[in-house]
Amino acid sequence: MSLIDTLARLEAVRSGRARPVATVRHRHLSARPLVLVPLTTAGETGAPLGALVGTDRAAPRLLTVAQPRDRALRFAFLAELAEAVLPYVEGFADDTVPEERKETDPATGRRTTVEAELCADAPQLLVPSPAGVEYVRLLGRSMRFRRTAEQDPSADWPAPPRVPLLGRWFTHFGERARVPGSAMLLSMTELLGRHWATGQSRLEDQHLGALLAWIDPPGGTDGPAAALAAEQARDADGLLLHPPAGPATDPAFDSERLAPAVARYDAARARVLDTGRGHDALRRADEEIRALLASQLRPTWDALWRGVDLLRELPEAAGAAERWKGDRWSYTAHRDRVRAGEPPQPRRDDAVTAARKLAARETAQARLEAREALDDPLVMAARRLAGEAFAGEVTEVVMEFSEGRVPRPRPLVTVRTDDAPLLEEGVRVHRALADGRTQSAECVAAGPEGPVVRLMTGMGRGRVPDAGSVPAPGEHVCWTLFEHAPRGGPDLPDPERTPWTHGGPPGPPADEPDPVTPEDLL
Amino acid sequence: MRELGEGEPPGPGAVDAPDLTASGPEGRTARTALALREATAAGRWAVLDHPMLALAVAGAPAHLEPDAVVVHPDGGWTVVEIKSFALIDGAADPAKAGAAARQAAVYLLALEALAERLPGPPAGGRVRDRALLVCPKDFSNLPAAALLDLRKQRATTRRQLDRLTRVEEIAAALPAGAGFDPARPADELTAAVEAVAAAYAPECLASCELAFHCRARARAAGDVRHLGRAVRSELGGLTTVDEVLAASRGTAETDDPAVAALRRAAALRAEALGAACR
Repeated sequence: MSLIDTLARLEAVRSGRARPVATVRHRHLSARPLVLVPLTTAGETGAPLGALVGTDRAAPRLLTVAQPRDRALRFAFLAELAEAVLPYVEGFADDTVPEERKETDPATGRRTTVEAELCADAPQLLVPSPAGVEYVRLLGRSMRFRRTAEQDPSADWPAPPRVPLLGRWFTHFGERARVPGSAMLLSMTELLGRHWATGQSRLEDQHLGALLAWIDPPGGTDGPAAALAAEQARDADGLLLHPPAGPATDPAFDSERLAPAVARYDAARARVLDTGRGHDALRRADEEIRALLASQLRPTWDALWRGVDLLRELPEAAGAAERWKGDRWSYTAHRDRVRAGEPPQPRRDDAVTAARKLAARETAQARLEAREALDDPLVMAARRLAGEAFAGEVTEVVMEFSEGRVPRPRPLVTVRTDDAPLLEEGVRVHRALADGRTQSAECVAAGPEGPVVRLMTGMGRGRVPDAGSVPAPGEHVCWTLFEHAPRGGPDLPDPERTPWTHGGPPGPPADEPDPVTPEDLL
Repeated sequence: MRELGEGEPPGPGAVDAPDLTASGPEGRTARTALALREATAAGRWAVLDHPMLALAVAGAPAHLEPDAVVVHPDGGWTVVEIKSFALIDGAADPAKAGAAARQAAVYLLALEALAERLPGPPAGGRVRDRALLVCPKDFSNLPAAALLDLRKQRATTRRQLDRLTRVEEIAAALPAGAGFDPARPADELTAAVEAVAAAYAPECLASCELAFHCRARARAAGDVRHLGRAVRSELGGLTTVDEVLAASRGTAETDDPAVAALRRAAALRAEALGAACR
């Protein structure tokens, strides 16, 4: 956390309301996101309890599992989830636009431009918290290796038809969420925390209700009081008024309400199985569990959409659309892999794929940091404070030329600034020109009158620099010491050519299904 | 057993499971010590199911109950910890696995105290420094096991236990007659809790039942630490919200680098927010 963000938090403590730490929205928000609020069963990995899902805030679809430890009910839930999610995810697959991209020709090794199709838009999944993002990943892992009756007729407990496909998509969303700046799977608390600083710690910001209370306290209260109420207020029965955003449930709810209701459901079902009667009681028990879970899910659903409203009030940053295009490429590529009938993502990446992913994420992180600073003066202020950028007024421009057969303009620009950049002679600095291009310069001297830089690029081909490419005295300029679009490292070999130092080429993909036991009731 | 690196697993009947029932924690501790001694002397595999161990914490005795302790034929002991979180593709949630390792390290220390009283430790040391973690495998109810290296956690825990303020010293600092019995009147209890110094940080919320009380106190005092430990390190000698905000607005000459940085930050923030409004 930078000093500027700390200061914003302290201001929030003083004023009793959250303070902005961004002036623009740094993530793309889809016009029609799919919101998913999952709940999980305490103490059991990958056993969903219920979920609210949908794209219409007024009409969420409620999915529940009356007995989370029953495999048949769990598969029914996942099948229903697939029915709710997959049409949305696949709905973007056929609307494509032609797009040029650079590819390396495998025969000649030369970079060539090819035309490829790119999906015009991509799905966006919103969950309440980072734990929800992890849960989507976990659900993806639990589903993608299941076998349907069609794939494996001898399987003892075949999964419903579309469940493995949902697992592959959830895994893709989960992987994408680890790429900095990606917006395919976002958590609301992280999104809001990126744009507002509250008067509480980052740990407490994980509570969606408390975070929203600081940003937009309900009428008549202030942030701290509303946040405290969201965290701790309980009704007469000792249940939280603002249930946790999940996927974990409130332990008091689990023991006071859920456990008795599940016990009643089990009893009713046992009676139906034994006597063949009592279907009404079973349906009532199921309805009771549905109502209970809805009461826990609905406040989070509403809070999440409230967060969407707040974020939509911010103008979108210029760089967000560019990053969203990266998400569209990833969506298009995964669509192609699914259509080509490729096997699901492996349990563990091979060495080359893992290294490639890591390098891509590091590049994405560097680009994100640079782009956010360029898009947002508040982010740039933090970089200026850290000595990684400086802004000021141009006081003097001296025209000079490079030595060589064809002299090029290399003007010297003096900037008066209050910032204290970490400059030395020879350091490269960069700035964005009005037309979006980047101009580089080299620091010549960092004297008391301000830094003097020599412009190196972005002035056209002639002896006379292009109009607007050299700042005039009096103009306000902002130079950064970091590159605006940093590139990744060198290319990695194909997985088939993994050197022996890294385990050699990977073996054939082992996508055998997860072990299942006759007794899944733990 | 294969995970323990001992070659062929023992057949049925080759593993002893001594009975550890006794009355009271002291009785169970004594019974466990005896069973461990006998099992070690027997030179056979043995599994002690839920033994009871004793460890001195801050000068007061504490009783601990590991899930199991395995005695090897060579006289070595291994702690077994059974957890409900799943081992997915051979990896568990790092936070949960870390907590299990810290927990097992405490058992290790208690076993070491017991082992000191036994003669002739085996070549590799009496208490193995790797614990066996048993978890459900992937999404099934099949067990999966992995060895946890506890050397680091054991050293950390030992250092922490050695440095812990002794109970008598804490008690000596309290006013006479103070007590923490929940049956006492609320105002007396509050006064007793107030008498103990507390250094609140947000991490307390996850582990301490008094965290909300300490947080309210820290907020009322305007302590900047309630915003996170990292905040404190940037602010030099300034410890309260009022001090920091006053320093950021001040104009007087200063030679404190923290105050100068704060003023610069405040000026840059105001400039950026002003630029955004225009």
